[in-house]
Amino acid sequence: MSTLIKAPAPTQTQRMLQRTRSAFTSPKYGPVLVTAILFVVVFIAGGIRYPGFFAGQVILNLFVDNAYLIVLAVGMTFVILTGGIDLSVGAVVALSTMMVASLLQSGVPAVIVIPVIIVATTVLGLLVGLMVHHFKVQPFIATLAAMFLARGLCYVISQSSISISDESFIALAVSRIPLGGGMSITWSVVIALVIVAVAVWTLHRTRFGRTVYAIGGGEHSAQLMGLPVARTKVLVYAVSGLCSGLAGILFSFYTLSGYPLTAIGTELDAIAAVVIGGTLLAGGYGFVLGSVLGVLVLGIIQTIITFEGTLSSWWTKIFIGALLLAFIGLQRVLTRRKT
Amino acid sequence: MSALLARIVSSRLFWPLVMLAVLFLINVIAFPGFFSITVRDGNLYGSLIDILRNGAPMMIVAIGMTLVIATRGIDLSVGAVAAIAGSVACSILLGAPDPADPGTVAIAILTAVLIALVLGTWNGFLVAVVGIQPIIATLILMTAGRGAAMLITEGQILTVNSAPFKVLGAGFVWGVPVAIYLAAGVFLIAVLFTRRTALGMLIEAVGINPEASRQAGVRARGLLFLVYIFAALCAAVGGLILTANTMAADANNVALFIELDAILAVVIGGTSLAGGRYSLVGTVVGALVIQTLVTTVYTVGIPPIITMVFKAVVVTLVCLLQSPTTNEALAAFRRRLALRAGKEAVSV
Repeated sequence: MSTLIKAPAPTQTQRMLQRTRSAFTSPKYGPVLVTAILFVVVFIAGGIRYPGFFAGQVILNLFVDNAYLIVLAVGMTFVILTGGIDLSVGAVVALSTMMVASLLQSGVPAVIVIPVIIVATTVLGLLVGLMVHHFKVQPFIATLAAMFLARGLCYVISQSSISISDESFIALAVSRIPLGGGMSITWSVVIALVIVAVAVWTLHRTRFGRTVYAIGGGEHSAQLMGLPVARTKVLVYAVSGLCSGLAGILFSFYTLSGYPLTAIGTELDAIAAVVIGGTLLAGGYGFVLGSVLGVLVLGIIQTIITFEGTLSSWWTKIFIGALLLAFIGLQRVLTRRKT
Repeated sequence: MSALLARIVSSRLFWPLVMLAVLFLINVIAFPGFFSITVRDGNLYGSLIDILRNGAPMMIVAIGMTLVIATRGIDLSVGAVAAIAGSVACSILLGAPDPADPGTVAIAILTAVLIALVLGTWNGFLVAVVGIQPIIATLILMTAGRGAAMLITEGQILTVNSAPFKVLGAGFVWGVPVAIYLAAGVFLIAVLFTRRTALGMLIEAVGINPEASRQAGVRARGLLFLVYIFAALCAAVGGLILTANTMAADANNVALFIELDAILAVVIGGTSLAGGRYSLVGTVVGALVIQTLVTTVYTVGIPPIITMVFKAVVVTLVCLLQSPTTNEALAAFRRRLALRAGKEAVSV
């Protein structure tokens, strides 16, 4: 005679723990949660260590200083979600700042300059996308070619720095929006946040967005499901081009000049932000908001290094490298457990 | 006759050599004394010698890169490794009481090479043991490596004064620049070890089909370690030559973009980025094409910084030519031609 022992129903706390555990070990949410915790920990540690760190403006400055990087990371997220990579973004940012500066210098009004640049960089992205998809060139090498091209074109425009003196452009760049309490943000933050909102909506509420995730999950299956793989794969590079162009404009808001050597290595920052923000490099998993969080983590490390004062700026690179490694390691562990 | 021609054209070295020949032609037209080599103080001088000497660091890095690419990998960290090697050597020389002492120079070079060995092992570990995609694994060192090099030089540009060290970059032995000997040495080592032993075949096997080669009993792990270590060593030698050339360790700018040039050289040389069959001779020709392109831009009088646009065009063209889509289209075109020729033959 056997008695069935009923397992005790999981209590509320047990269920909570269970849910938390599965959230942390899922490849979808785990890295984002770790990044969020990291951000909070670093912020609190900074606040304890440095006076004046716990200010709203410190947080807002993260957005002000990194608005362009947020936009770049958004574009990069689309590309990495499909399992690709875009190495050209830094050079395209530089090209965009050069075009802004030289067009404004020759007297073209800002209202025309901005759309022209965005269209130009989008077309460049589109060409890269065509190369990647239709000619089966690896994303890495195709975007490398685009990087050379964009950097070279910067030099064709000018070999030295061009400063921006267009009044309406400067007005847009330096005017601040007061938020009360002595805190303020710039228009570039507003633009960046709008882009983030649009990207979130596109990825989660449109067919294009769902196809992006599907391609990352498995290109062949996506094709068999009848999804427009070819179009989407080409378009993500156009999206990245668009974001790079816009990021370049935001960057020129910040520097008010165009210089052919700006933004060297920015592609690495963007990739690092996306990876730290929890997007799987193999594609398929990740969120735009995670990438924003990734940018904020990079920003806060930079801020801490500034507050510390004695640490040199090249420590930033080493920290970014170490973080990148840690998060890639985390991705490996999480995905391995699932398969 | 036409069979021979077809064989020559279908050789992987054909297009890179044509490219090189065209570049030489442009140079000779723009500058008739291009091929002349003069002897001054017993040393050889001339445009060709310059191309070989200035191209040597990139050629060395590209040879290392070829083997990495053959295993389906890529090494983006070579520029950072070159910067670290140069910085280490310079900081040791600066710290030594007598930088001109050959023993000190030997120690400096050996330490730089040893550190490169460690860095290569690190890359190999990430790729072979942890299993991270090579682009990303080496991206980490690419990002952090420049920072580490800056740390070694403490953010300064270290200038040293050491005659024995300078020989690496600007010295001559029997009239030929030392850098050329080093490039030739690295090339010979690579050829001897991969073509005179089974090593090259094993590397190609891993690149063509990792799973099949595993089932055939090829241990990929050791091979991957080996190629990444070799690539890092090549990068260190390249970095030392570049540093010795200027006698200054500039952690931010030494060997900047050398990884791109090296990858470009490999691609032009006909090695596919998808891994598998590789050609070291092709890589050498590819490196020469790039360096000649740079020289051509100078001699023709185009502003040198626009070189990047040319490089972009060359990469794009080569990639499009190598693309399976293009090959299929060409094959279809050839079939159609053959078919038409056949029909004509029948109707006549």
